Amino acid sequence: MKLRPVGGIVLRQLYLMRSSPIRVIPMFAWVVVDIVLWGFIARYLNSIGNSGIDFTAQLLGAVLFWDFFTRIMQGVTVAFLEDVWSRNFLNLFAAPLLISEYVCGLVITSIGTSAFGLLAMLILATSIFGLSFFPLGALLIPIVGLLFVFGLALGILASAMVLRWGPASEWLIWPIPALLAPFAGVFYPIATLPTWMQTVAAALPPSYVFEALRSALAGRPVATDSLLWGGTLALAQVVLSAAVFGYVHRYVVRSGLLARYSAENVA
Amino acid sequence: MISAPPVVLEVRALSKQFGAMPAVVDVSFSIRRGEIVGLLGPNGAGKTTTISMILGVLDASSGSVSVAGLDIGQRRAQALARSNFAATYATLPGNLTVIQNLRVFGLLYCVPALGERLEALLRQFDLDHLRNARYGVLSSGEQTRVNLAKALLNRPELLLLDEPTASLDPSAALSIRQQMRALAQQGDCGILWTSHNMYEVEQVCDRVLFLSRGRILLEGDPRRLPGQHGARTLEELFIHIAREPLAPSREEHR
Repeated sequence: MKLRPVGGIVLRQLYLMRSSPIRVIPMFAWVVVDIVLWGFIARYLNSIGNSGIDFTAQLLGAVLFWDFFTRIMQGVTVAFLEDVWSRNFLNLFAAPLLISEYVCGLVITSIGTSAFGLLAMLILATSIFGLSFFPLGALLIPIVGLLFVFGLALGILASAMVLRWGPASEWLIWPIPALLAPFAGVFYPIATLPTWMQTVAAALPPSYVFEALRSALAGRPVATDSLLWGGTLALAQVVLSAAVFGYVHRYVVRSGLLARYSAENVA
Repeated sequence: MISAPPVVLEVRALSKQFGAMPAVVDVSFSIRRGEIVGLLGPNGAGKTTTISMILGVLDASSGSVSVAGLDIGQRRAQALARSNFAATYATLPGNLTVIQNLRVFGLLYCVPALGERLEALLRQFDLDHLRNARYGVLSSGEQTRVNLAKALLNRPELLLLDEPTASLDPSAALSIRQQMRALAQQGDCGILWTSHNMYEVEQVCDRVLFLSRGRILLEGDPRRLPGQHGARTLEELFIHIAREPLAPSREEHR
């Protein structure tokens, strides 16, 4: 893998953002809306009950971490979709660009764009709503790392879906985080779910993250073996997603879909 | 004895089948450095399918493509590093400026001394005054010049040009033809050129291949072929082939 082609993919995204500040707004806008909305809900719940639960940490923390995962996923897919929207595939894939270099460029772009969103969320959540991450301590590292890797895995998988099914299938990938949220136990323990949903949750690394988060905030011991298993799952899924993207790329080259990709009616 | 220039493109028994439909059938040809070869044929003849296979964005059902001796199926990245292309249907990102597009593709092609190369290409294609203009707002003729600049970024040994002058005014088209002719004469690269403008083909190409229904029906010097086949002009020959694609095979015409 060469660094210059990877740099080319990243540079293209930087140029886009520099030339159009409107592209930067979505990095902040939705996370700010989420943090403000859930921040006030948490503040209200804290004010009306004596449940002993710190809703700011439980709800706002969960929203912040879930938004972080969503940003990572969308960072990859939006960078990929820029090439779909500009019908740039023929120029890109007729260049001596390896698929690993292309995907690496998308991942680096995603890290950059999601870092902005995370920073905005942290500033808002800590300064306005008093969310503190000190109770989490070193647990913060596996939480962020695991969600980051899973976000990459889903972003790469979603990009493979669009590559395989064409530009119209972009609408299939936007709701993916919302579809996964009920299974991931973002706001409630996994035990709340019916058995079949718990089975699905077991395959989702974020479910281990949010269980660990709740345990840590409630002062209970964190099941490190579960978190380790979640991390292993996330790593396996990112490798699997990259393999799927590679397989789909070979398929669209073999079938002629890539050569005809500029046509919207690729099905 | 002067040895022949090296072969930059070798296409052997290339075929592509989409389901039951054959798009390209047993196509073989080669291009040497310094040579401009025209790939002609009516719409749907298989020109773009052939070019897509040479570019590595479409797998062949059978046969092989080698660029500068490198098999595209086995050494794709190395082969593509020695080729480049410009086509009206392969536009660059419209939301990037001319210089940004060229810089990004310069990185993708790992062009050495990229800054100097970009400046030289901007001058060569009279794009200096448009360097900070967004590609999407350029006229189609200006976009074509940017596409050509991108196609020459890596000093390709094989250049694929799919209707490179289709959007240009006569003066700009002449300039491009002269530049590409000069490029070939310098012996820097071999060029595969598709066009529906038979006047242009006669002016530019050393050799033409007539493709119909995925097969090469005729091959030869564009200035002599019409006479050899009872046509007055290349255009007349083209029309004849397009309307009667089941002409005798290529071997019979040799």
